[in-house]
Amino acid sequence: MSVLIVLDQSDNHIKKSAYEILSYGSQLAAQIGTTAEALVLGTVNDDLAALGKYGVSKVHQVNSESLNHVDAQLYTKTIAEAVAQTNASVVVFSQTHTGKSVAARVAARLKAGLVAGAASLPDTSNGFIVRKTVFSGKAFANISIQSPIKVISLNPNSVSVVTTDGTATVDQLSIALDASKIKVTAVNKITGEIPLTEADIVVSGGRGLKGPENWGVLLDLAKVLGAGTACSRPVGDAHWRPHHEHVGQTGVQVAPNLYIALGISGAIQHLAGVNRSKVMVVINKDPEAPFFKAADYGIVGDLFEIVPQMTAEIKKLKGIA
Amino acid sequence: MKILVCVSKTPDTTSKIAFKESNTQFEEAGVQWIINPYDEWFALVRAIELKEKDPSIIIHLVTVGGADCDPIIRKALALGGDEAFRINADSNDSFFIAAQIAEIAKQNQYDLIFTGKEAIDYNSAAIGGMISELVDMPYVSLATLFELNGTTATITREIEGGEEVAEISLPVVVSCQKGMAEQRIPNMRGIMAARTKPLKVVEPAAIDTLTSIVNFELPPAKAGCKMVAADNVPELIRLLHEEAKAF
Repeated sequence: MSVLIVLDQSDNHIKKSAYEILSYGSQLAAQIGTTAEALVLGTVNDDLAALGKYGVSKVHQVNSESLNHVDAQLYTKTIAEAVAQTNASVVVFSQTHTGKSVAARVAARLKAGLVAGAASLPDTSNGFIVRKTVFSGKAFANISIQSPIKVISLNPNSVSVVTTDGTATVDQLSIALDASKIKVTAVNKITGEIPLTEADIVVSGGRGLKGPENWGVLLDLAKVLGAGTACSRPVGDAHWRPHHEHVGQTGVQVAPNLYIALGISGAIQHLAGVNRSKVMVVINKDPEAPFFKAADYGIVGDLFEIVPQMTAEIKKLKGIA
Repeated sequence: MKILVCVSKTPDTTSKIAFKESNTQFEEAGVQWIINPYDEWFALVRAIELKEKDPSIIIHLVTVGGADCDPIIRKALALGGDEAFRINADSNDSFFIAAQIAEIAKQNQYDLIFTGKEAIDYNSAAIGGMISELVDMPYVSLATLFELNGTTATITREIEGGEEVAEISLPVVVSCQKGMAEQRIPNMRGIMAARTKPLKVVEPAAIDTLTSIVNFELPPAKAGCKMVAADNVPELIRLLHEEAKAF
């Protein structure tokens, strides 16, 4: 019996979402009286023993370059074998690109009930019930998993990272790997920007900015906050900003600690992509904009006057000249 | 070449979300039902575009649900599917649904299976990955571009912090999102033709469900938006920093 936590990596580093699921999996293991162990796939440059401070006693690695690209078929066989070797009863993923690619497939292979998009620790007082977001963040469902093995894929940014002073033992699992049927011909990483799904703060612009030439005020604010930049669907459709910045129902779904919406009215489809944000701030000249009903803080006014003042105030606060 | 497109019935994106029977069931009263947008706009339309280039391609549609799914299946046929299966079962368990679709897939030997990247009701993004395992095909999730050259597909997909381009020999299961295609509206000819296209109702295979919904909850109501005057920007920053501890 153990809780096996499958860690995301990209570019040979453990990702932020991985620390969240380490904390989550360790707390779950304590709750059900078992041990938490981590699984790392591919070659990673980080100190794996140090992952013990997030609560795991063991880190298992399958150290092969063929796992540096996420091939769901190859990953699934490898993870299922690791589950067998570690006798895991719960497998935890992060619902990131990698989790979305792999968790469900692993669940099907193990005939394990899946909760994808989990929002909090399971209730194990009577069965095994996991809360997840449904209807694009507009509601939660409590899902009971009945199978002996359970798979949980946790929404990023839904739990806080907890550290202790433990260290973990690291071992290499011996698992025979099939050849991948997917031939990767190019990888294009977006450089110089903070990936939206990993950003703690997101600054997002809508039609209220009136045109792509006006984005400077938004970019300045994002820069002082170390924020990712996003936009509404009309802005993406008009090619004012690149498509990968479009957040909303049909775009990227984000859940940062702080979401700042500039000149976005807050259509229900937009809110569906951002409503898991912890704090939402709206700047809009229209006091009737529906976004004010969903937001935590708001200013009615001209964003071209307000946003530069916000940037200046934050600079002052952070001591940036 | 045969393509299977999986479609799901979901509430319209503007639907009010409410529950009944002590929060154990979704309140369907007043809800408009649509084809899950990812299934329709990206998976189905891309399959139709492939068929427009190569008319020998056959597009099958599949959904798991009761007779109330027939209108959305007819709409998908009107857009351009050739034939549809409705597996006559009602379930919210991803494994049950995927295993039913996998049964259809095994009987018909598809070269390509398309799903939307997720359904907008349960947001699990699970069906494509599960089907791929059950039929033992490669799986490419979150695809934004799909090109076919003979029996080799070139697929661009979203990965952490960017995108990846890969070549795969068919068959393959692909989950589709924005970029794959553009939304279309069915024309009158398509709507007329859809009336006579085959919609086969299939009884479900004996599959165990692995999960069940205990109940639903609505998020706690927001405390309300704290408004700050436009001439008092420093107060907004102070609140964000000290009260919300947002940065």
